[in-house]
Amino acid sequence: MADETKASTATAEAPAVSEGHTQRPPSRGPRPGGGPGGPREGGRKYFRRKKVCKFCVEKIESINYKDVRLLAQFVAESGKIVPRRLTGVCTPHQRRLSCAIKQARNIALLPFAGRAM
Amino acid sequence: MNRTYELMFIVRPDMAEEDLDKLISTLETAVSTSGGTVKSVERMGKRRLAYTVRRFHDGVYVLLTVEGLGGLIHELERRLRVTEPVIKFLSVRIDEEQKRLAKIKAIRDARKKVAPAPPAPAAEGAEAAPPTA
Repeated sequence: MADETKASTATAEAPAVSEGHTQRPPSRGPRPGGGPGGPREGGRKYFRRKKVCKFCVEKIESINYKDVRLLAQFVAESGKIVPRRLTGVCTPHQRRLSCAIKQARNIALLPFAGRAM
Repeated sequence: MNRTYELMFIVRPDMAEEDLDKLISTLETAVSTSGGTVKSVERMGKRRLAYTVRRFHDGVYVLLTVEGLGGLIHELERRLRVTEPVIKFLSVRIDEEQKRLAKIKAIRDARKKVAPAPPAPAAEGAEAAPPTA
């Protein structure tokens, strides 16, 4: 019996070796593609409908602290600045946007904290 | 050499109109004595503040655009800090931003001018060339 198992394992290994050094593929890192945001987000599909940067699309060049209505779209109800993975804004625009929001907060056009969070 | 600044300040809401005019003219004279120019003065009217500033809920916003050297804004801010009716101010340097915007605009205008002209003759040329190639 021991010989049989050994033989079976030997035969199993032999074809693998004969195929040309095919090792068992390693786990190939995390799942293929990783899944944006991690695949453990409640079974959501891969790319949830690519978000585009609003400023790039509409070609808004200047993000001023004075246009409160534009800035208020990127501020949560609590007054916090919404992260760019939720709004889809590109990095340079997000940096300018957050600078403008902070300036607006300083001049009392936007609140520092909205509802009690 | 000259820098452009945007100075926005909030004045308490119970201030009289002529006092506000006096304050603005004082600032303007301060600007011209330091060798700068006032580009524009914009009164944005009474607005509700996002949070209470010195126990006020509303304020009169004024936007002042000046052009001058660096020391000018230092002087203006000092004056505003001392002035009692002014409850908040913010100064932003905007000449770099204006340069950038002008550059983008120039590129866009250049592109627009180039675009309409070629399509008429170039389209025929372009259509003729690729089919043969």
